[in-house]
Amino acid sequence: MTASATASTAGWRLKQPSIIPGFGLTLGFSLAYLSLIILIPIAGLLWRTAELGWSGFFAILSDERTIRALYVSFGTAFIAAVINVVFGTLLAWVLTRYRFPGRRLIDAMVDLPFALPTAVAGIAFASLYAPNGWIGSLFMPFRIAFTPIGIVIALIFIGLPFVVRTVQPIMEEIDKEVEEAAATLGANRFQTIFNVLLPGLTPALLTGFALAFARGVGEYGSVIFIAGNIPYVSEIAPLLIVIRLEEFNYAGATAIATIMLLISFAMLLVINLIQAWSRRRYGNV
Amino acid sequence: MEVKINNIRKEFDRFAALNDVSLNIASGELIALLGPSGSGKTTLLRLIAGLDFPTAGQIFFGEEDASRHSVQERNVGFVFQHYALFRHMTVAQNIGFGLKVRPSASRPPKSEIKKRVSDLLDMVQLSGLENRYPNQLSGGQRQRVALARAMAIEPRILLLDEPFGALDAKVRKELRRWLREFHDRTGHTTVFVTHDQEEALELADRVVVMSQGKIEQVGSADDVYDRPQSPFVFSFIGESSHLPVEVKNGTVLFQGEPIGISEKTDAAGDLFFRPEDVVLTDEKDALFGKVTACRRLAGTRIAEIDIANNGHDPFHVEVEVPLHAPVELGSEARFRPTRWKIFNK
Repeated sequence: MTASATASTAGWRLKQPSIIPGFGLTLGFSLAYLSLIILIPIAGLLWRTAELGWSGFFAILSDERTIRALYVSFGTAFIAAVINVVFGTLLAWVLTRYRFPGRRLIDAMVDLPFALPTAVAGIAFASLYAPNGWIGSLFMPFRIAFTPIGIVIALIFIGLPFVVRTVQPIMEEIDKEVEEAAATLGANRFQTIFNVLLPGLTPALLTGFALAFARGVGEYGSVIFIAGNIPYVSEIAPLLIVIRLEEFNYAGATAIATIMLLISFAMLLVINLIQAWSRRRYGNV
Repeated sequence: MEVKINNIRKEFDRFAALNDVSLNIASGELIALLGPSGSGKTTLLRLIAGLDFPTAGQIFFGEEDASRHSVQERNVGFVFQHYALFRHMTVAQNIGFGLKVRPSASRPPKSEIKKRVSDLLDMVQLSGLENRYPNQLSGGQRQRVALARAMAIEPRILLLDEPFGALDAKVRKELRRWLREFHDRTGHTTVFVTHDQEEALELADRVVVMSQGKIEQVGSADDVYDRPQSPFVFSFIGESSHLPVEVKNGTVLFQGEPIGISEKTDAAGDLFFRPEDVVLTDEKDALFGKVTACRRLAGTRIAEIDIANNGHDPFHVEVEVPLHAPVELGSEARFRPTRWKIFNK
């Protein structure tokens, strides 16, 4: 009431008259909810980090072990997300384009990483890819588990459904006529896929990439079993945070968390900007 | 390019969408495939393009059997009902696409493609819009981009699937005239599909009327309107009414009574006539019935007349009456067809 009354005198109204009721109620709820779930915890994080002061913060930031852990976390998450974009798109293509026995089963299996406790997945991967495991023994003396490669494998598993589930609905909407148009103009299948279909999927691919990447950066449960957790080599940043917590070094833990938060935020911002740009160009689909 | 369609049959899951269809299209002709939905007209167009393959029969482009060639090899221009433009490409990129994807041996240099695109934009009157994206264009503009894109590959024939179906009435009329001019200028053999008879009759050199997977009649607008060869064509094109009649000793009988018209050969069948081919009369030998409605239709006035049918549902016919002398509702009207056709049962 007061908001609209004061706003109308200023010639700008927060609330437009609308036929859909409940704007105030739902927005109020959303803000309160987000505050409790996201904003207040993040504020606490920054508050705790601030106790260190700039010099303490930079000391942790420039610590070799922190840098290596961040490098491992973001590097493996990035590689896993890229791999997921390629093969997740392929999987989505198979699921949307072809009808074959077992299709629904495979479709349901895609969601498994959502449901399975990540620790279970981590233990399964560790035993499979360990030097004496079924798959790991085939690659000996090259080691998969207990190296960053093992981390990438775990993160591919975790991120897969994000890519498939964002790309799939857009792929289902692709108009058959567009492909036929490309064919009548002389384009072969390869040209149709790379010049016509994939560019149309770019926004969805970017979203899938962003989600898989963000999920991979924060993943803890499955990774610690397969990573080997060797400092400077295969120790991820979330694990380093836990280690600092166990040392009762709360400020140290929150400092690493803050750095992760800033890097993730910057990367998601860039991805969102790319998406906004492509949406402006190609229309809002 | 001359196109010959020989005994084409197309089945979808054992359902025959086209049944033994043959058609010759002369070089430079503008042909309309006209029919209700499900008549197989779009299927025929897609078979010519190579987007589908016939179950039996052949399609010749000139002397060459095209029916086993892929759509890429046929080099046809196809314009889709919903344009099917590439959303992420500009107008210029859309039009140039067909040239850009050619193998390097036959691909024109970039400057040549650019020139070709700007010539085509001139031709479809869209100069200055080359850097727009399809979602920034109106429906009529998109349709013309789609046409320019199809023309860029110098197609041997141009195929259009319901080209104006998604446009509003005014734009549709403008584009129709424009397409006719465009065809006269470029001289491409053109086949278009439509369910709008006005569009087909106005635009095409010859109209192919189709129904239930078969060609009912092929002819000029005059042929199919004035000399329909089947009951379907008579009732599908323009307005018409029909009544069951017998011909005995040269006299046409309706419900056993003469109606004042004669026919050379004896027969039993359906008498078809158009509302405008009717004269009101006072004579005894005539059709008569009760006027149930009288409505003004642009430059004419149409009376709806119910003819009694021995206690069954009455026969319903429509008759044109003079503008200045409307008939009274509920009165009895007597009339005779002046032009008609009887199709045997």
